[in-house]
Amino acid sequence: MPTVKGDGMRGLAVFISDIRNCKSKEAEIKRINKELANIRSKFKGDKTLDGYQKKKYVCKLLFIFLLGHDIDFGHMEAVNLLSSNRYTEKQIGYLFISVLIGANNDLMKLVIQAIRNDLAGRNPIHITLALQCVANIGSREMAEGLSVDIPKLLVSGDTIDSVKQSAALTLLRLLRSSPDSIPMGEWMSRIIHLLNDQHMGVVTAAASLIENLVKKNPEEYKGCVSLAVSRLSRIVTSSYTDLQDYTYYFVPAPWLSVKLLRLLQNYPPPEDPAVKTRLSECLETILNKAQEPPKSKKVQHSNAKNAVLFEAINLIIHMDSDPNLLVRACNQLGQFLQHRETNLRYLALESMCLLATSEFSHEAVKKHQETVITALKTERDVSVRQRAVDLLYAMCDRTNAEEIVGEMLEYLESADYSIREEMVLKVAILAEKYAVDYTWYVDVILNLIRIAGDYVSEEVWYRVIQIVINRDDVQGYAAKTVFEALQAPACHENMVKVGGYILGEFGNLIAGDPRSGSAVQFQLLHSKYHLCSPATRGLLLSAYIKFINLFPEIKHIIQDVLRSDNNMRNADVELQQRSIEYLQLSSITTADVLATVLEEMPPFPERESSILAKLKKKKPSSVPEGSEQKETTASKIPAVQMSNNVDIAPPTSINLMSQGESSTDDFVDQGSPQGGSASVDLLGLGSPTQPTAPSVGSGGLLDMFDTLTSHSSAPATNGIDLGGLSGGAEEAFRKFICKNNGVLFENDLLQIGVKSEYREDLGRLWVFYGNKTTFQLNAFLVDVSTPGNLSESLSIQQKPVGGEVEAGAQVKQQFNMACVQEFAEAPVMTIQFLYSGAQQKISLKLPVVLNKYITPAEMDANTFFTRWKALNSPSQECQQIIKATSPIDHEQVKAKASGYCVL
Amino acid sequence: MMQFMLLFSRQGKLRLQKWYAAHQDKMKKKITRELVTLVLSRKPKMCSFLEWKDLKIVYKRYASLYFCCAIEPEDNELLTLEVIHRYVELLDKYFGSVCELDIIFNFEKAYFMLDELLLGGEVQETSKKNVLKAIAAQDLLQEEETPQGFFEDHGLG
Repeated sequence: MPTVKGDGMRGLAVFISDIRNCKSKEAEIKRINKELANIRSKFKGDKTLDGYQKKKYVCKLLFIFLLGHDIDFGHMEAVNLLSSNRYTEKQIGYLFISVLIGANNDLMKLVIQAIRNDLAGRNPIHITLALQCVANIGSREMAEGLSVDIPKLLVSGDTIDSVKQSAALTLLRLLRSSPDSIPMGEWMSRIIHLLNDQHMGVVTAAASLIENLVKKNPEEYKGCVSLAVSRLSRIVTSSYTDLQDYTYYFVPAPWLSVKLLRLLQNYPPPEDPAVKTRLSECLETILNKAQEPPKSKKVQHSNAKNAVLFEAINLIIHMDSDPNLLVRACNQLGQFLQHRETNLRYLALESMCLLATSEFSHEAVKKHQETVITALKTERDVSVRQRAVDLLYAMCDRTNAEEIVGEMLEYLESADYSIREEMVLKVAILAEKYAVDYTWYVDVILNLIRIAGDYVSEEVWYRVIQIVINRDDVQGYAAKTVFEALQAPACHENMVKVGGYILGEFGNLIAGDPRSGSAVQFQLLHSKYHLCSPATRGLLLSAYIKFINLFPEIKHIIQDVLRSDNNMRNADVELQQRSIEYLQLSSITTADVLATVLEEMPPFPERESSILAKLKKKKPSSVPEGSEQKETTASKIPAVQMSNNVDIAPPTSINLMSQGESSTDDFVDQGSPQGGSASVDLLGLGSPTQPTAPSVGSGGLLDMFDTLTSHSSAPATNGIDLGGLSGGAEEAFRKFICKNNGVLFENDLLQIGVKSEYREDLGRLWVFYGNKTTFQLNAFLVDVSTPGNLSESLSIQQKPVGGEVEAGAQVKQQFNMACVQEFAEAPVMTIQFLYSGAQQKISLKLPVVLNKYITPAEMDANTFFTRWKALNSPSQECQQIIKATSPIDHEQVKAKASGYCVL
Repeated sequence: MMQFMLLFSRQGKLRLQKWYAAHQDKMKKKITRELVTLVLSRKPKMCSFLEWKDLKIVYKRYASLYFCCAIEPEDNELLTLEVIHRYVELLDKYFGSVCELDIIFNFEKAYFMLDELLLGGEVQETSKKNVLKAIAAQDLLQEEETPQGFFEDHGLG
């Protein structure tokens, strides 16, 4: 047993020895329980315990608690100790309370009262004990109970220095834990003057408190800037003997210096030229000192000196105004990059990341590129290598991107697992951001998948597909490269996904070469099929159906695959459904329909890189501000505003098998366009503006009617800026549900009339634009857009209409519309023209509604009832009784039904 | 602001813990376990700084004891190393070449001393002389009051 120091308690030492000698956990618990019983009986006994004994027992309880056991008694005894006049008892009472009493304890009121008594007393040692207890617990109740006493102590003239120090930091603790409980008062205006205090300890403690206040209200405490600068200046120019005990290993007051330098980072560079010059001199002195030979070989000396240096560099970076200082800082850090101390290399890499973001020092940082790359390859500590990766990322720009990305890719092959995912994200971002040549970008991403496939998150491969889809100059190259990559005997599943998607879209671009002909492509993809997860297989099935469209010559091979038991009867419902639907789709539709359904994907709307978003989420600090801005200017992908249905899979809504009796042209009674499983939205990018699936239910005409009208009044969706439909248009549109001819729109300038006729799946519509004014309408332009995936359901052909409409004249425009499958939305027509120099814009729904494509079937009563009775499953029945708003007029009903195309 | 300081042995036994931000006991135990494992697994010569969640860990080994501090991102790592060193110096001066056992048997002293150096997670007093003076004053007061283990010496403790 070692000697016990000072007021050592032998009883405690014996107990601790006993515990240490316990051979097993059980023995330890037994010994502890014995001790607890003993202490409990002592506390309960009538014999009054003297201070020494109380202290000893409380200490034992503390020890037991710190071993990890629960203590459920002794609290009251500890609180009683607080009001003792004997220092020993008080001290142990406070220690017990600091460690063992939670903020919500019932005894807290008593504790606060005892603290208040001690704070009001004159004994500085008691005051210090009370303050330390408050600082250790820092509960809201304490903040509320002591919000006046503590600030008073801090600024009072009678308070001794050591109490001021504790008061400052205790107040800081309370401000942090319950900022709203401390009333702002007169003390606040006096507080910054503590920076001038004679006692270095007081300044050190106060500086932390002031920084906290400044963070909340910089304007109010602006005066602290000049005070801090002059204090700092006095420290850095002093010799190490001046500050006596506040000099730490020949470095004058490093803690205070760092706190002052941090305080100044809350403000822009000082406005007052004198203060500004003085601060610059301080920072230069600190940089100069770094070049001086060390005054001691001890690591403490260099640590303290460099701590101040790094904080000074942080301030220089924060002010970001003096190119000279920034470049000097960079050179200094450059020296540290090759220092033998690992800690310094680590910090230099970290600090340089910030310098790389300043326009003044970005170039200076780039000079150290080789050293940083060497660090990445040779550092033995992964946390240092991580910093090197961060710095390479930060210093990357268009001039060095290719080299840095190359080095990072190379390193990735042997990189630590812990940093791979982040590296992959960073490489992917840099490659995209600085790509001049997108073939390079495609190479980089495919290499990423090859080297570190497991760490390539969804976002990364989504992104490469977005970019390939949006840039037609890279599609052929992407197809060729991915085809080559897939030839590796073992390739990552992510590669298969990218391969499936890209070949499915653009395989035709490389099919001219017999080495990558259609059958070869298919065999290559299919050779991976059995090794993949169901999600990937689903994607491959979609690629196969796309192949059927691209390469009719291998249709039968693919159909065989779809038909195989392995697919058609797969246990996975999604795969089963895709196989069946795709097989049906390919066997019963005409080549034209197939071509429309399986059309190439439209470009993606431009958006923030999902990878960048992911990196930000992962490491908010690692994405420097402003990089997003660079991002958008750097990648010039045409922002195409088009229907942005991003599903790669052909709409699973063509749920061909869902009705046993369905015939090929019976598209009406189908599930919603989003009826497929969620995995259809392969890229997970379904934009938030995607229309809510209008479910054309299986009800009768009434239902459909409802759906049509209710949906046509829904706000325009789909990211197409409709500019809102023009007034009255909605009502006029509705009238067309039951008629074919009429006026669609009229205002002071223009009258628009419509005439239409339909036969089976074909419709023809004439729109008449009548100029009601006495002026020519110029730049007359009509555009029709199809919200959502309407373009897949309705193919619209628009005859051109000419640039001018003469005064009083009428022009006619013809539209041909073929219905491919059921649809709920109507196409939107936008009419723009100049009327006496002013741009006019009218948005209207083109009155094309699904019911127009209904063909009445003639049959006699017997046939009708046979059919009628065959409809006997519950889902085929729907009845709704409505109250007529007007008397039934046979002629009128007849006209309506005929207009609705059921007569 | 320092979030917490942990002292533990090479065997992973926790010798001292000081929390400057409130945590549930369960959380404290979890954090401690995690960090002890993390720090003990590091090789000598490795960097003393680590990123951990949204905090920075600064640790240093003295003989058989590891001192491990968690600080906030804007805090100064090198100076935190020197806070640790100053604390070790104080313990050393007080106990006279301190060893792990001193801290085990006089844990309350180790806490008192830490409260003089750091308060509420911030450096309060960096002067070695001033801290030792404050501790000596405490000891003096106690000696005046304490009957020096009289009962224990007679087997009555």
